[in-house]
Amino acid sequence: MSDVALVLRQVRFEQRSFWRNPASAFFAFAFPVMFLVIFGSLNRGARLESMGNIPYNAYYVPALITFGVIGACMTNISMTVSIRRDSGVLKRVRGTPLPAWAFMAGLIGSSAVVGAILAALITAAGMLFYGVSAPRHPATLLLVLLIGGGCFCALGLALAALIPNAEAAPAITNAVVLPLLFISGTFYPLDPNSTLSHIADWFPMRPFALAVFAAFDPRGIEPGLPWVDLRSMLLWGVVGLVVAVRRFRWEPRRS
Amino acid sequence: MPAIAVEGLRKSYGGVEAVRGLSFEVAEGEVFGLLGPNGAGKTTVVEILEGYRRRDAGSAAVLGVDPASGGRALRARVGIMLQECAMPRLLGVGELLELHAGYYPRPRPAGEVLELVGLGERVGDRVKTLSGGQQRRLDLALALIGDPELIFLDEPTTGFDPSARRDAWEIVRSIRTLGRTVLLTTHYMDEAQNLADRICVMAAGEIVAEGSPETLGGRQAAAARIRFTLPEGVDLGALPLPAHAADGHVVLETATPTRTLHELTAWAVARGLELPGLEVLRPSLEDVYLELTRVPG
Repeated sequence: MSDVALVLRQVRFEQRSFWRNPASAFFAFAFPVMFLVIFGSLNRGARLESMGNIPYNAYYVPALITFGVIGACMTNISMTVSIRRDSGVLKRVRGTPLPAWAFMAGLIGSSAVVGAILAALITAAGMLFYGVSAPRHPATLLLVLLIGGGCFCALGLALAALIPNAEAAPAITNAVVLPLLFISGTFYPLDPNSTLSHIADWFPMRPFALAVFAAFDPRGIEPGLPWVDLRSMLLWGVVGLVVAVRRFRWEPRRS
Repeated sequence: MPAIAVEGLRKSYGGVEAVRGLSFEVAEGEVFGLLGPNGAGKTTVVEILEGYRRRDAGSAAVLGVDPASGGRALRARVGIMLQECAMPRLLGVGELLELHAGYYPRPRPAGEVLELVGLGERVGDRVKTLSGGQQRRLDLALALIGDPELIFLDEPTTGFDPSARRDAWEIVRSIRTLGRTVLLTTHYMDEAQNLADRICVMAAGEIVAEGSPETLGGRQAAAARIRFTLPEGVDLGALPLPAHAADGHVVLETATPTRTLHELTAWAVARGLELPGLEVLRPSLEDVYLELTRVPG
């Protein structure tokens, strides 16, 4: 079997496992959809003065796309790997001729599929129900989603490598991801000159949110490629990958 | 070339020596039993050979390859059944087997392997619907799917009820008929006795005895005991041979049971005596095992 076929097969089986697990499917989809419905409806008529008076949802829908993708990639991979490691599923995989990179590629590919579905779903719902216009720079959006998705998958693998056991996985993952999302303007726009946003600039969540928004930005500013944001995500992705490769464990930590 | 050759193997965890200079060989086509109590170091040895752990010292060759560097090519030739190890619960039995079949260059047909382990009818069911014993069988099926030359079975029947254990033994016997080499670890004497061609007994990281189930620990040469109940009106001192009383029985220990028994019965027949409960006893494998693995102090 060729390497490509091997990875595609892994993606297919990861997808089956994902969709058959009500919890993983629920967490990936329920929160972004719920937030969209609640906050999108509450702020339907609202406008953001600080951002040239654009509708609130024109900002919020692109931000929710990043929330969905980060959940599907970073949160999902971190939890899945921790749980499988403690139950022994990873150890079994390690005893077969399946190469480590093919296993990880399967996991990343499957998360990418879920992330892509979420991004499409939120975009479509935003356009249909919340008056959001189509992305002005679709090619830029795809590139940003690709690099962002890869970055947060790598960070999910890295986080899993640092999590001691499955019981601690949800708490640690949420403790890392949620505060960073809050200070990155994922749920409400931040003043770009505030201390919080200066802190958030060091992490990859805010660059992701800014870059996705730039592709949607209804003000019609021609931004070109958001190089600074892409560079931040690429750097974090590489850091994540290095940590994952160096520290990845296939077995539960010995007590 | 032996299927497994181990020489002077050592492994410590945090200053505690789990394996202390182990040497043994497993011939091709042999069912080799590594027997020992919990904590003897069996799993450490097996996991070094499977490539999960690095050895601290000594040499190891699995199918002629160093397991520390054998990588993907070696793993394609080996089947591993780990000790208590979960499976993806949401995949189907047949799906999981098909997934694993794709990892190997020349897999056995999934249906055939499921028949072999007695799960032929469960092919369409989810893994989570299988009982504990059935999941162990599926585990074994996953170890066999790549048509391996060598199969590691680490405590394959721990936690089984007696009938499930008998079933598992049947399966291991059928693997042997395929002509594959098996390294089996167990802490059940009867399991090693029933399945293995040769047994190494491990205790505290060392091999304390090696042999066939029949000869293990010099069992055949060990003194036999002749035991009976003293007939009424006969005094212990009246017997033709030195004997002692134990638990209401008379016991004679002898290295030549045929001759001793003949002398004893000739004496009894001449006096018209019947010796109630007369029997010749040899130490069981269990006695030998307990003696060998007894921790001093």
